[in-house]
Amino acid sequence: MTEPMLSRPRYPGLSADPHAKLNLIVCEGEGAGAVLDLAAKAPDGFFSRAAILFCATGASGSTYQTKLESLQPANFWVLPSIATAMFRLKGVLATATMGTRLYAAGTEPFIGSVLQEALAVGIDFKSVFTEHRGSAKRRIQCVHCKGLTEDVTASPFTCAHCGLTLFVRDHYSRRLGAFQGVCVDAEVPGEVPPVEELYP
Amino acid sequence: MSAPAEIRVRVTEAEAVTPAIKRLKLVPVTSNALPDFSGGAHTVVHYTDGPRHVRNPYSLMGSPFDSSAYQISVLRVPDSRGGSALIHDSVNEGTEITITSPINLFPIDRRARRHILIAGGIGITPFMAMTAQLDREGADFQLHYAMRCRDTGAYWKVLQGLYGHRVHTYFDDSNQTLPLTRLLDGQPLGTHLYVCGPAGMIDWVLKTARHAGWPDENVHYERFAAPPPGNTFAVELAKSKRTIEVGPRESVLEAIEAAGIEPQFLCRGGACGQCETAVVCADGTLQHNDHYLSDDEKASGKKMMICVSRFEGARLVLDL
Ligand code: FES
Repeated sequence: MTEPMLSRPRYPGLSADPHAKLNLIVCEGEGAGAVLDLAAKAPDGFFSRAAILFCATGASGSTYQTKLESLQPANFWVLPSIATAMFRLKGVLATATMGTRLYAAGTEPFIGSVLQEALAVGIDFKSVFTEHRGSAKRRIQCVHCKGLTEDVTASPFTCAHCGLTLFVRDHYSRRLGAFQGVCVDAEVPGEVPPVEELYP
Repeated sequence: MSAPAEIRVRVTEAEAVTPAIKRLKLVPVTSNALPDFSGGAHTVVHYTDGPRHVRNPYSLMGSPFDSSAYQISVLRVPDSRGGSALIHDSVNEGTEITITSPINLFPIDRRARRHILIAGGIGITPFMAMTAQLDREGADFQLHYAMRCRDTGAYWKVLQGLYGHRVHTYFDDSNQTLPLTRLLDGQPLGTHLYVCGPAGMIDWVLKTARHAGWPDENVHYERFAAPPPGNTFAVELAKSKRTIEVGPRESVLEAIEAAGIEPQFLCRGGACGQCETAVVCADGTLQHNDHYLSDDEKASGKKMMICVSRFEGARLVLDL
Protein backbone atom coordinates (compact mmCIF):
# COMPACT_ATOMS: atom_id res chain seq x y z
CA MET A 1 0.00 0.00 0.00
CA THR A 2 2.66 2.54 -0.95
CA GLU A 3 0.64 3.99 -3.84
CA PRO A 4 -1.53 6.91 -2.69
CA MET A 5 -5.22 6.28 -3.28
CA LEU A 6 -6.45 8.07 -6.37
CA SER A 7 -9.60 9.23 -4.60
CA ARG A 8 -7.48 10.80 -1.88
CA PRO A 9 -7.32 14.56 -2.57
CA ARG A 10 -3.98 16.32 -2.70
CA TYR A 11 -3.25 19.82 -1.47
CA PRO A 12 -0.08 20.99 -3.19
CA GLY A 13 0.20 24.31 -1.33
CA LEU A 14 -0.59 27.94 -2.08
CA SER A 15 1.21 29.80 -4.84
CA ALA A 16 0.40 33.21 -6.27
CA ASP A 17 -1.39 33.59 -9.62
CA PRO A 18 0.38 36.68 -11.00
CA HIS A 19 -2.40 37.40 -13.50
CA ALA A 20 -5.54 37.11 -11.40
CA LYS A 21 -7.62 40.26 -11.20
CA LEU A 22 -9.02 39.15 -7.86
CA ASN A 23 -7.27 36.75 -5.50
CA LEU A 24 -10.03 35.38 -3.32
CA ILE A 25 -8.34 33.80 -0.30
CA VAL A 26 -10.40 31.74 2.10
CA CYS A 27 -8.65 30.43 5.19
CA GLU A 28 -9.40 28.94 8.55
CA GLY A 29 -7.40 28.82 11.82
CA GLU A 30 -3.90 27.53 11.11
CA GLY A 31 -4.57 27.98 7.40
CA ALA A 32 -3.76 31.66 7.99
CA GLY A 33 -0.15 30.53 8.37
CA ALA A 34 -0.19 29.30 4.77
CA VAL A 35 -1.42 32.74 3.64
CA LEU A 36 1.37 34.46 5.58
CA ASP A 37 3.90 32.13 3.94
CA LEU A 38 2.38 32.94 0.56
CA ALA A 39 2.82 36.65 1.33
CA ALA A 40 6.56 36.09 1.65
CA LYS A 41 6.82 34.93 -1.98
CA ALA A 42 3.91 36.71 -3.69
CA PRO A 43 4.67 39.42 -6.27
CA ASP A 44 4.28 43.11 -5.38
CA GLY A 45 0.73 44.35 -5.43
CA PHE A 46 -0.67 40.84 -4.96
CA PHE A 47 -2.70 41.72 -1.84
CA SER A 48 -4.04 44.95 -3.31
CA ARG A 49 -5.92 42.61 -5.66
CA ALA A 50 -6.86 40.23 -2.85
CA ALA A 51 -9.86 39.63 -0.66
CA ILE A 52 -9.28 37.55 2.47
CA LEU A 53 -12.06 35.68 4.16
CA PHE A 54 -10.79 34.43 7.50
CA CYS A 55 -12.59 31.93 9.64
CA ALA A 56 -11.07 32.62 13.06
CA THR A 57 -11.26 29.20 14.67
CA GLY A 58 -8.72 27.83 17.13
CA ALA A 59 -6.75 29.41 19.93
CA SER A 60 -4.48 31.64 17.83
CA GLY A 61 -7.34 33.15 15.82
CA SER A 62 -6.82 36.76 16.95
CA THR A 63 -3.03 36.72 16.46
CA TYR A 64 -3.54 35.52 12.90
CA GLN A 65 -6.24 38.11 12.35
CA THR A 66 -3.84 40.98 13.10
CA LYS A 67 -1.15 39.48 10.87
CA LEU A 68 -3.52 38.91 7.96
CA GLU A 69 -4.83 42.45 8.27
CA SER A 70 -1.30 43.80 8.04
CA LEU A 71 -1.04 42.31 4.54
CA GLN A 72 -3.51 45.09 3.60
CA PRO A 73 -5.83 43.11 1.38
CA ALA A 74 -8.37 45.13 -0.60
CA ASN A 75 -11.10 43.40 1.41
CA PHE A 76 -10.89 41.58 4.72
CA TRP A 77 -13.68 39.69 6.44
CA VAL A 78 -13.52 37.73 9.68
CA LEU A 79 -16.21 35.11 10.25
CA PRO A 80 -16.81 33.04 13.38
CA SER A 81 -17.61 29.63 11.83
CA ILE A 82 -17.31 27.55 8.68
CA ALA A 83 -21.03 27.99 8.07
CA THR A 84 -20.92 31.80 8.18
CA ALA A 85 -17.70 31.84 6.15
CA MET A 86 -19.30 29.69 3.45
CA PHE A 87 -22.36 31.92 3.39
CA ARG A 88 -20.16 34.96 2.78
CA LEU A 89 -18.10 33.06 0.19
CA LYS A 90 -21.27 32.10 -1.66
CA GLY A 91 -22.25 35.76 -1.80
CA VAL A 92 -18.85 36.84 -3.14
CA LEU A 93 -18.76 34.07 -5.75
CA ALA A 94 -22.25 34.87 -7.00
CA THR A 95 -21.08 38.18 -8.45
CA ALA A 96 -17.43 37.35 -9.10
CA THR A 97 -16.16 37.24 -12.67
CA MET A 98 -13.56 35.26 -14.60
CA GLY A 99 -10.10 36.37 -13.60
CA THR A 100 -10.86 35.47 -9.99
CA ARG A 101 -8.46 32.95 -8.49
CA LEU A 102 -9.66 31.05 -5.47
CA TYR A 103 -7.31 29.94 -2.67
CA ALA A 104 -8.27 27.72 0.27
CA ALA A 105 -6.15 26.92 3.33
CA GLY A 106 -7.05 25.11 6.53
CA THR A 107 -8.30 21.71 7.60
CA GLU A 108 -9.50 19.18 5.07
CA PRO A 109 -13.23 19.59 5.85
CA PHE A 110 -12.83 23.34 5.49
CA ILE A 111 -11.10 23.05 2.11
CA GLY A 112 -13.79 20.55 1.13
CA SER A 113 -16.50 23.10 1.93
CA VAL A 114 -14.74 25.80 -0.12
CA LEU A 115 -14.43 23.41 -3.07
CA GLN A 116 -18.14 22.60 -2.82
CA GLU A 117 -18.98 26.29 -3.15
CA ALA A 118 -16.52 26.56 -6.03
CA LEU A 119 -18.08 23.59 -7.81
CA ALA A 120 -21.52 25.15 -7.48
CA VAL A 121 -20.43 28.13 -9.59
CA GLY A 122 -18.59 26.02 -12.14
CA ILE A 123 -15.02 26.37 -10.85
CA ASP A 124 -12.93 23.27 -11.53
CA PHE A 125 -11.35 21.97 -8.32
CA LYS A 126 -8.01 21.75 -10.12
CA SER A 127 -7.95 25.52 -10.55
CA VAL A 128 -8.34 26.18 -6.82
CA PHE A 129 -5.01 26.54 -5.01
CA THR A 130 -5.17 24.62 -1.72
CA GLU A 131 -3.02 24.01 1.34
CA HIS A 132 -3.81 21.72 4.25
CA ARG A 133 -2.92 23.20 7.65
CA GLY A 134 -3.99 22.34 11.16
CA SER A 135 -5.82 19.26 12.36
CA ALA A 136 -6.12 16.11 10.23
CA LYS A 137 -9.74 15.74 11.36
CA ARG A 138 -12.19 14.50 8.76
CA ARG A 139 -15.79 15.00 7.76
CA ILE A 140 -17.36 11.56 7.31
CA GLN A 141 -20.49 10.50 5.54
CA CYS A 142 -22.09 7.34 6.90
CA VAL A 143 -22.78 5.15 3.84
CA HIS A 144 -25.78 3.66 5.65
CA CYS A 145 -27.82 6.65 6.87
CA LYS A 146 -25.99 9.28 4.70
CA GLY A 147 -25.58 11.53 7.75
CA LEU A 148 -22.45 13.67 7.97
CA THR A 149 -20.36 13.62 11.13
CA GLU A 150 -17.88 16.47 11.61
CA ASP A 151 -14.49 16.55 13.35
CA VAL A 152 -13.79 12.85 13.28
CA THR A 153 -10.26 12.12 14.51
CA ALA A 154 -10.45 8.39 15.22
CA SER A 155 -11.50 5.15 13.56
CA PRO A 156 -13.76 3.39 14.19
CA PHE A 157 -16.15 6.00 15.53
CA THR A 158 -19.87 6.25 16.23
CA CYS A 159 -22.10 7.80 13.56
CA ALA A 160 -23.68 10.91 15.08
CA HIS A 161 -26.93 10.13 13.27
CA CYS A 162 -27.69 6.39 13.23
CA GLY A 163 -25.30 5.25 15.95
CA LEU A 164 -23.56 2.54 13.90
CA THR A 165 -19.87 1.99 14.56
CA LEU A 166 -18.10 3.16 11.40
CA PHE A 167 -14.70 2.36 9.96
CA VAL A 168 -13.20 5.43 8.21
CA ARG A 169 -12.20 4.77 4.62
CA ASP A 170 -9.77 6.79 2.49
CA HIS A 171 -12.47 7.10 -0.15
CA TYR A 172 -13.28 10.81 -0.61
CA SER A 173 -16.24 12.46 -2.30
CA ARG A 174 -15.59 15.91 -3.72
CA ARG A 175 -19.28 16.52 -4.15
CA LEU A 176 -19.84 15.99 -0.43
CA GLY A 177 -16.44 17.18 0.75
CA ALA A 178 -16.38 14.08 2.96
CA PHE A 179 -14.81 10.66 3.45
CA GLN A 180 -16.79 7.46 3.65
CA GLY A 181 -17.62 5.65 6.87
CA VAL A 182 -18.68 1.98 6.68
CA CYS A 183 -20.18 -0.21 9.41
CA VAL A 184 -17.26 -2.03 11.02
CA ASP A 185 -19.17 -4.85 12.75
CA ALA A 186 -21.74 -5.82 10.15
CA GLU A 187 -20.62 -9.46 10.05
CA VAL A 188 -20.40 -10.03 13.79
CA PRO A 189 -22.27 -7.27 15.66
CA GLY A 190 -20.27 -6.00 18.59
CA GLU A 191 -16.95 -7.27 17.25
CA VAL A 192 -15.18 -3.91 16.98
CA PRO A 193 -11.44 -3.39 16.47
CA PRO A 194 -9.68 -1.03 18.88
CA VAL A 195 -10.19 2.69 18.33
CA GLU A 196 -7.16 4.41 16.82
CA GLU A 197 -6.61 8.17 16.91
CA LEU A 198 -5.60 8.36 13.25
CA TYR A 199 -6.58 11.93 12.35
CA PRO A 200 -5.52 14.19 15.24
CA MET B 1 -4.67 -2.66 -28.64
CA SER B 2 -4.44 -1.55 -32.25
CA ALA B 3 -5.58 1.34 -34.40
CA PRO B 4 -9.21 2.51 -33.84
CA ALA B 5 -12.11 0.63 -35.41
CA GLU B 6 -12.76 1.52 -39.05
CA ILE B 7 -16.11 2.09 -40.71
CA ARG B 8 -16.83 1.96 -44.42
CA VAL B 9 -18.93 4.93 -45.58
CA ARG B 10 -20.27 6.29 -48.86
CA VAL B 11 -20.28 9.95 -49.85
CA THR B 12 -23.88 11.01 -50.54
CA GLU B 13 -23.27 14.74 -50.86
CA ALA B 14 -20.13 16.54 -51.99
CA GLU B 15 -20.55 20.29 -52.06
CA ALA B 16 -18.07 23.06 -52.77
CA VAL B 17 -19.06 25.38 -49.94
CA THR B 18 -16.39 27.85 -50.98
CA PRO B 19 -13.73 27.50 -53.68
CA ALA B 20 -11.38 25.88 -51.16
CA ILE B 21 -13.77 24.04 -48.85
CA LYS B 22 -15.54 20.85 -49.75
CA ARG B 23 -18.32 19.47 -47.55
CA LEU B 24 -18.90 15.73 -47.53
CA LYS B 25 -21.90 13.88 -46.17
CA LEU B 26 -21.07 10.30 -45.23
CA VAL B 27 -23.49 7.43 -44.67
CA PRO B 28 -22.59 3.90 -43.57
CA VAL B 29 -22.34 1.29 -46.33
CA THR B 30 -23.52 -1.75 -44.39
CA SER B 31 -25.65 -0.47 -41.49
CA ASN B 32 -28.23 2.23 -40.87
CA ALA B 33 -26.54 4.12 -38.11
CA LEU B 34 -23.09 5.40 -37.28
CA PRO B 35 -21.64 5.45 -33.75
CA ASP B 36 -22.86 8.29 -31.54
CA PHE B 37 -20.55 11.22 -31.04
CA SER B 38 -20.51 14.48 -29.12
CA GLY B 39 -19.66 17.99 -30.28
CA GLY B 40 -15.92 18.41 -30.81
CA ALA B 41 -15.27 14.83 -31.97
CA HIS B 42 -13.20 14.01 -35.03
CA THR B 43 -12.73 11.08 -37.35
CA VAL B 44 -9.74 10.03 -39.40
CA VAL B 45 -10.47 9.68 -43.11
CA HIS B 46 -8.58 6.95 -44.93
CA TYR B 47 -8.66 6.92 -48.71
CA THR B 48 -6.39 5.51 -51.39
CA ASP B 49 -6.50 6.24 -55.09
CA GLY B 50 -3.73 4.45 -56.94
CA PRO B 51 -0.45 5.79 -55.61
CA ARG B 52 -2.17 8.70 -53.87
CA HIS B 53 -3.13 8.25 -50.27
CA VAL B 54 -4.72 10.27 -47.46
CA ARG B 55 -5.19 9.59 -43.76
CA ASN B 56 -6.18 12.87 -42.12
CA PRO B 57 -8.27 13.89 -39.08
CA TYR B 58 -11.44 15.95 -39.66
CA SER B 59 -13.90 17.31 -37.11
CA LEU B 60 -17.45 16.01 -37.36
CA MET B 61 -19.61 19.04 -38.10
CA GLY B 62 -23.08 17.54 -38.37
CA SER B 63 -25.53 17.45 -35.51
CA PRO B 64 -24.58 14.97 -32.76
CA PHE B 65 -28.29 14.11 -32.66
CA ASP B 66 -28.21 12.64 -36.16
CA SER B 67 -26.48 9.26 -36.30
CA SER B 68 -27.65 8.46 -39.84
CA ALA B 69 -24.83 10.48 -41.40
CA TYR B 70 -21.63 12.33 -40.57
CA GLN B 71 -20.49 15.53 -42.19
CA ILE B 72 -16.96 16.83 -42.59
CA SER B 73 -15.39 19.82 -44.32
CA VAL B 74 -12.10 19.53 -46.13
CA LEU B 75 -10.02 22.63 -46.73
CA ARG B 76 -7.72 22.38 -49.72
CA VAL B 77 -4.32 23.25 -48.29
CA PRO B 78 -2.14 24.49 -51.16
CA ASP B 79 1.23 23.25 -49.95
CA SER B 80 -0.12 20.15 -48.30
CA ARG B 81 1.29 16.70 -48.70
CA GLY B 82 -1.50 16.17 -51.16
CA GLY B 83 -4.06 14.64 -48.79
CA SER B 84 -6.65 17.39 -48.88
CA ALA B 85 -6.05 17.91 -52.60
CA LEU B 86 -6.70 14.22 -53.22
CA ILE B 87 -10.07 14.47 -51.47
CA HIS B 88 -10.94 17.59 -53.47
CA ASP B 89 -9.89 15.98 -56.75
CA SER B 90 -11.26 12.49 -56.48
CA VAL B 91 -13.77 12.08 -53.69
CA ASN B 92 -17.26 12.75 -55.02
CA GLU B 93 -20.83 11.65 -54.62
CA GLY B 94 -20.82 7.83 -54.58
CA THR B 95 -17.17 7.40 -53.56
CA GLU B 96 -16.60 4.91 -50.74
CA ILE B 97 -14.05 5.77 -48.11
CA THR B 98 -12.97 4.43 -44.73
CA ILE B 99 -13.20 6.42 -41.51
CA THR B 100 -12.35 5.65 -37.89
CA SER B 101 -14.88 5.62 -35.06
CA PRO B 102 -15.20 9.17 -33.71
CA ILE B 103 -12.99 10.25 -30.84
CA ASN B 104 -13.53 13.45 -28.90
CA LEU B 105 -10.40 15.30 -27.78
CA PHE B 106 -12.23 18.64 -27.63
CA PRO B 107 -15.35 18.01 -25.57
CA ILE B 108 -17.73 20.56 -24.11
CA ASP B 109 -17.39 20.99 -20.35
CA ARG B 110 -20.96 20.52 -19.24
CA ARG B 111 -20.35 22.07 -15.83
CA ALA B 112 -19.80 25.46 -17.46
CA ARG B 113 -22.23 28.29 -16.77
CA ARG B 114 -21.40 29.87 -20.12
CA HIS B 115 -19.54 28.73 -23.21
CA ILE B 116 -17.57 31.13 -25.41
CA LEU B 117 -16.52 29.55 -28.71
CA ILE B 118 -13.80 31.18 -30.78
CA ALA B 119 -13.23 30.01 -34.35
CA GLY B 120 -10.78 31.06 -37.01
CA GLY B 121 -11.35 29.98 -40.62
CA ILE B 122 -11.80 26.22 -41.06
CA GLY B 123 -11.56 25.94 -37.25
CA ILE B 124 -15.33 26.51 -37.34
CA THR B 125 -16.05 22.82 -38.02
CA PRO B 126 -16.03 21.37 -34.46
CA PHE B 127 -18.19 24.31 -33.38
CA MET B 128 -20.84 23.40 -35.94
CA ALA B 129 -21.51 20.25 -33.92
CA MET B 130 -20.96 21.92 -30.56
CA THR B 131 -23.46 24.72 -31.22
CA ALA B 132 -26.08 22.17 -32.27
CA GLN B 133 -25.52 20.35 -29.00
CA LEU B 134 -25.42 23.47 -26.81
CA ASP B 135 -28.52 24.88 -28.46
CA ARG B 136 -30.45 21.66 -27.97
CA GLU B 137 -29.38 21.51 -24.33
CA GLY B 138 -30.43 25.11 -23.74
CA ALA B 139 -26.91 26.12 -22.70
CA ASP B 140 -25.69 29.71 -22.60
CA PHE B 141 -23.25 30.05 -25.51
CA GLN B 142 -21.85 32.58 -27.93
CA LEU B 143 -19.77 31.99 -31.04
CA HIS B 144 -17.10 34.40 -32.26
CA TYR B 145 -15.98 33.55 -35.76
CA ALA B 146 -13.11 35.27 -37.56
CA MET B 147 -12.65 34.87 -41.32
CA ARG B 148 -10.64 36.44 -44.13
CA CYS B 149 -13.65 37.66 -46.07
CA ARG B 150 -17.32 36.98 -46.71
CA ASP B 151 -16.72 34.85 -49.81
CA THR B 152 -14.12 32.45 -48.45
CA GLY B 153 -15.67 32.10 -45.00
CA ALA B 154 -17.80 28.97 -44.64
CA TYR B 155 -21.15 28.46 -42.93
CA TRP B 156 -21.37 31.85 -41.23
CA LYS B 157 -24.72 32.62 -42.84
CA VAL B 158 -26.10 29.23 -41.85
CA LEU B 159 -24.94 29.77 -38.29
CA GLN B 160 -26.43 33.25 -38.13
CA GLY B 161 -29.70 31.85 -39.39
CA LEU B 162 -29.72 29.15 -36.72
CA TYR B 163 -28.47 31.06 -33.71
CA GLY B 164 -29.02 34.74 -34.51
CA HIS B 165 -27.33 37.22 -32.20
CA ARG B 166 -25.36 34.46 -30.49
CA VAL B 167 -23.13 34.38 -33.58
CA HIS B 168 -20.58 37.18 -34.01
CA THR B 169 -18.56 37.39 -37.21
CA TYR B 170 -15.32 39.27 -37.91
CA PHE B 171 -13.97 39.78 -41.41
CA ASP B 172 -10.29 40.63 -41.92
CA ASP B 173 -10.93 42.42 -45.19
CA SER B 174 -13.30 44.82 -43.43
CA ASN B 175 -10.70 45.41 -40.71
CA GLN B 176 -12.90 43.80 -38.10
CA THR B 177 -10.93 42.25 -35.27
CA LEU B 178 -12.14 39.92 -32.60
CA PRO B 179 -12.26 42.03 -29.41
CA LEU B 180 -10.73 39.30 -27.29
CA THR B 181 -9.61 41.32 -24.28
CA ARG B 182 -13.01 42.96 -23.95
CA LEU B 183 -14.69 39.60 -24.45
CA LEU B 184 -12.73 37.99 -21.64
CA ASP B 185 -13.45 40.83 -19.25
CA GLY B 186 -16.29 40.52 -16.77
CA GLN B 187 -17.52 37.07 -17.77
CA PRO B 188 -19.28 35.22 -14.93
CA LEU B 189 -17.31 32.65 -12.96
CA GLY B 190 -17.61 29.22 -14.50
CA THR B 191 -17.39 30.52 -18.08
CA HIS B 192 -15.44 28.22 -20.40
CA LEU B 193 -13.57 29.25 -23.50
CA TYR B 194 -12.97 27.06 -26.56
CA VAL B 195 -10.73 27.93 -29.48
CA CYS B 196 -10.03 26.24 -32.79
CA GLY B 197 -8.24 27.86 -35.70
CA PRO B 198 -4.77 28.65 -37.02
CA ALA B 199 -1.85 28.02 -34.64
CA GLY B 200 -1.17 31.75 -34.23
CA MET B 201 -4.75 32.41 -33.20
CA ILE B 202 -4.75 29.59 -30.66
CA ASP B 203 -1.51 30.90 -29.13
CA TRP B 204 -2.97 34.41 -28.97
CA VAL B 205 -6.15 33.27 -27.27
CA LEU B 206 -4.35 31.04 -24.74
CA LYS B 207 -1.92 33.80 -23.84
CA THR B 208 -4.55 36.52 -23.59
CA ALA B 209 -6.76 34.31 -21.42
CA ARG B 210 -3.91 33.49 -19.06
CA HIS B 211 -3.02 37.16 -18.74
CA ALA B 212 -6.65 37.95 -17.99
CA GLY B 213 -6.40 35.53 -15.06
CA TRP B 214 -8.41 32.69 -16.59
CA PRO B 215 -7.48 29.30 -15.10
CA ASP B 216 -6.15 26.80 -17.65
CA GLU B 217 -8.98 24.44 -16.71
CA ASN B 218 -11.47 26.86 -18.31
CA VAL B 219 -9.67 27.20 -21.63
CA HIS B 220 -9.97 24.43 -24.22
CA TYR B 221 -8.40 24.20 -27.63
CA GLU B 222 -7.96 21.82 -30.49
CA ARG B 223 -4.72 21.96 -32.33
CA PHE B 224 -3.93 19.34 -34.92
CA ALA B 225 -0.52 19.83 -36.39
CA ALA B 226 -0.08 18.60 -39.96
CA PRO B 227 3.00 16.37 -40.10
CA PRO B 228 5.71 18.72 -41.36
CA PRO B 229 7.95 17.63 -44.24
CA GLY B 230 11.68 17.13 -43.76
CA ASN B 231 14.66 15.07 -44.84
CA THR B 232 14.54 11.34 -45.45
CA PHE B 233 15.70 9.24 -42.51
CA ALA B 234 15.74 5.59 -41.51
CA VAL B 235 14.09 4.15 -38.42
CA GLU B 236 14.91 0.78 -36.95
CA LEU B 237 12.05 -1.05 -35.26
CA ALA B 238 13.45 -3.03 -32.35
CA LYS B 239 10.54 -5.42 -31.82
CA SER B 240 9.69 -6.22 -35.41
CA LYS B 241 13.38 -6.18 -36.37
CA ARG B 242 12.91 -4.10 -39.48
CA THR B 243 14.34 -0.91 -40.84
CA ILE B 244 12.01 1.51 -42.55
CA GLU B 245 12.72 4.60 -44.55
CA VAL B 246 10.68 7.74 -43.81
CA GLY B 247 10.39 9.90 -46.89
CA PRO B 248 10.42 13.72 -46.92
CA ARG B 249 6.62 14.02 -47.21
CA GLU B 250 5.49 11.28 -44.89
CA SER B 251 5.44 10.87 -41.12
CA VAL B 252 7.04 7.99 -39.21
CA LEU B 253 3.53 6.72 -38.52
CA GLU B 254 2.62 6.75 -42.19
CA ALA B 255 5.86 5.05 -43.21
CA ILE B 256 5.34 2.32 -40.63
CA GLU B 257 1.74 1.82 -41.73
CA ALA B 258 2.84 1.56 -45.34
CA ALA B 259 5.12 -1.28 -44.22
CA GLY B 260 2.10 -3.14 -42.89
CA ILE B 261 2.48 -2.37 -39.18
CA GLU B 262 -0.48 -0.68 -37.42
CA PRO B 263 0.63 1.38 -34.41
CA GLN B 264 -1.95 3.11 -32.24
CA PHE B 265 -3.19 6.59 -33.09
CA LEU B 266 -6.21 8.80 -32.49
CA CYS B 267 -5.55 12.29 -33.80
CA ARG B 268 -2.56 11.99 -36.15
CA GLY B 269 -1.84 15.58 -35.24
CA GLY B 270 0.41 15.50 -32.18
CA ALA B 271 -2.37 16.28 -29.74
CA CYS B 272 -3.71 13.14 -28.12
CA GLY B 273 -0.67 11.20 -26.98
CA GLN B 274 -1.91 7.89 -28.33
CA CYS B 275 1.01 7.25 -30.67
CA GLU B 276 3.66 7.87 -28.01
CA THR B 277 6.58 5.60 -28.77
CA ALA B 278 9.63 4.81 -26.65
CA VAL B 279 12.96 5.73 -28.22
CA VAL B 280 15.44 2.93 -27.70
CA CYS B 281 18.37 4.82 -29.17
CA ALA B 282 18.71 8.14 -30.96
CA ASP B 283 22.12 9.09 -32.30
CA GLY B 284 21.11 12.48 -33.63
CA THR B 285 18.35 15.02 -33.05
CA LEU B 286 14.70 14.26 -32.42
CA GLN B 287 12.53 16.96 -33.98
CA HIS B 288 9.52 17.08 -31.70
CA ASN B 289 6.56 18.64 -33.52
CA ASP B 290 3.78 17.61 -31.12
CA HIS B 291 1.79 19.58 -28.54
CA TYR B 292 1.55 16.64 -26.19
CA LEU B 293 4.89 15.93 -24.54
CA SER B 294 6.15 18.34 -21.89
CA ASP B 295 9.36 20.25 -22.55
CA ASP B 296 11.15 18.00 -20.07
CA GLU B 297 9.92 14.87 -21.82
CA LYS B 298 11.02 16.27 -25.16
CA ALA B 299 14.45 17.09 -23.78
CA SER B 300 14.84 13.62 -22.26
CA GLY B 301 14.87 12.09 -25.75
CA LYS B 302 13.16 8.99 -24.39
CA LYS B 303 9.92 9.21 -26.34
CA MET B 304 8.47 10.66 -29.50
CA MET B 305 5.05 11.14 -31.06
CA ILE B 306 5.47 9.32 -34.35
CA CYS B 307 2.48 10.98 -36.06
CA VAL B 308 4.25 14.36 -36.41
CA SER B 309 7.81 14.20 -35.09
CA ARG B 310 10.91 13.54 -37.17
CA PHE B 311 14.59 12.73 -36.75
CA GLU B 312 17.87 13.90 -38.16
CA GLY B 313 21.08 12.01 -37.48
CA ALA B 314 22.93 8.73 -37.71
CA ARG B 315 20.61 6.20 -36.12
CA LEU B 316 17.12 6.03 -34.63
CA VAL B 317 15.75 2.89 -32.96
CA LEU B 318 12.13 2.77 -31.79
CA ASP B 319 10.46 0.32 -29.45
CA LEU B 320 8.02 -0.99 -32.06
S1 FES C 1 -1.86 10.15 -32.86
FE1 FES C 1 -2.37 11.69 -31.46
S2 FES C 1 -0.42 12.41 -30.85
FE2 FES C 1 0.04 11.02 -32.44
